[in-house]
Amino acid sequence: MDFDLMIISFPKLLGATVVTLKLLSASLFFGLFLGLLFAILRLNKNIFINKFAYGYSYVFRGTPLLVQIFIIYFGLGQIEYLRSTFLWIILKEPYWCAIIAFTFNTGAYTSEILRSAFQTIKPGIIEAGKSLGISNKIIFYKIQIPIAIRQSLPAYGNEIILMMKGTSLASTVTLMDLTGVAKYIISTTFKPIEVFIVAGGIYLFMTFIIHNVIKYLEKKYSFQQ
Amino acid sequence: MELLAFGKTGWGDELFYATLMTIAVSVTAMLIGFIFAAIFTPLKLSKYKPLNLIGNLYTTVIRGVPELLVIYLFFFGGSGAIMYVASIFGYYEYIEINAFVTGSMAIGIISGAYSTEVFRGAIQSLDKGQFEAAKVLGVSKFTQFYKIILPQMLRLAIPNLSNVWQITLKDTSLISVTGLVEIMRQSYIAAGSTRDPLFFYSFAAVLYLLLTYVSMKLINKLEVKYSRGY
Repeated sequence: MDFDLMIISFPKLLGATVVTLKLLSASLFFGLFLGLLFAILRLNKNIFINKFAYGYSYVFRGTPLLVQIFIIYFGLGQIEYLRSTFLWIILKEPYWCAIIAFTFNTGAYTSEILRSAFQTIKPGIIEAGKSLGISNKIIFYKIQIPIAIRQSLPAYGNEIILMMKGTSLASTVTLMDLTGVAKYIISTTFKPIEVFIVAGGIYLFMTFIIHNVIKYLEKKYSFQQ
Repeated sequence: MELLAFGKTGWGDELFYATLMTIAVSVTAMLIGFIFAAIFTPLKLSKYKPLNLIGNLYTTVIRGVPELLVIYLFFFGGSGAIMYVASIFGYYEYIEINAFVTGSMAIGIISGAYSTEVFRGAIQSLDKGQFEAAKVLGVSKFTQFYKIILPQMLRLAIPNLSNVWQITLKDTSLISVTGLVEIMRQSYIAAGSTRDPLFFYSFAAVLYLLLTYVSMKLINKLEVKYSRGY
């Protein structure tokens, strides 16, 4: 065991954790909106809209995240037309490509989580709202969405942890996130176990925090109070 | 389309073999995972605190750390660890493990952590009466497990195991970083030499979708088979 290496690499890895957290929070933020949008589209009665939303979630859940990042980072640059538009400013940065890929990926899983949450809302609750003369829009925003969010908290907590692990793939497109820096230190010192313990410890600590925050929120917003 | 031709001109046959490699790694990893699950599920269900702790440590660490980091640990540390063990037995030559073994071991350990959780959940949801009845009838521990617990547990575990299979299949794409030529690696090579990454990575996505679709169909059949009588 090389404890000196562990102590030296800790601040470097901690610095890289900031990149990981930035990637995670940006993709979760955008992914939540995308997921909500597609969950609503999934509940639409129009069969084409419905099928489109299903296709989106099927494709993004059925393929590895690595393929999605590579298509966006290496693949889209090949389209000549895209290079001439303003989108190229975003797509030439590996940082934004990673965030776009993560957003679409987490959006697909979030849409499934929210859809099942919407479907488990008892019809009686919506009927009660209607019979009280509340408009459909307010029923949706003030009754359905809060209940759906509460219902989907445990599953969404898992999704956050999965996404945190997913951000490690950003290291494959040259980004120096926690895994990227860990790999760099391993390949220069050839001490994989020491670096794994430190980097893995940081990841586990983040998992622990996320797990407990979700647990707290679940308790706070539980129905029995 | 000529990019996908078989033979020397296209990448069809290369991608076909790469797909077989992905399937081979996934199946091997899944089986290694079952071995790990067979070891760690009893530990997690054990009444003894220290054993319990070992079981929990395994599933918590593996499920809380990115797959890529585990793969790097095996890729860079694998041959070192083997050489250390070999040196105890008096063998000091350099040993290189091939990418297939490293990859399936790394993915297998990850898949094993998920399988362990599935089996633990399935056993815990069995009726307690089943265990008690077996005890009362004087059935040996061994027979109790193979003839009473296992068949009932499998029925409950299969739907969740199909999720584990999907995760394992998708995780194999990460082994491409170690240089094993599976779908992702082959697409990377093809994309590099033809300068057509969009086509090849999209085709890789189609191959993965095909694999998940076909395996879902097969698992559904298995599910029907194991739930007859219910």
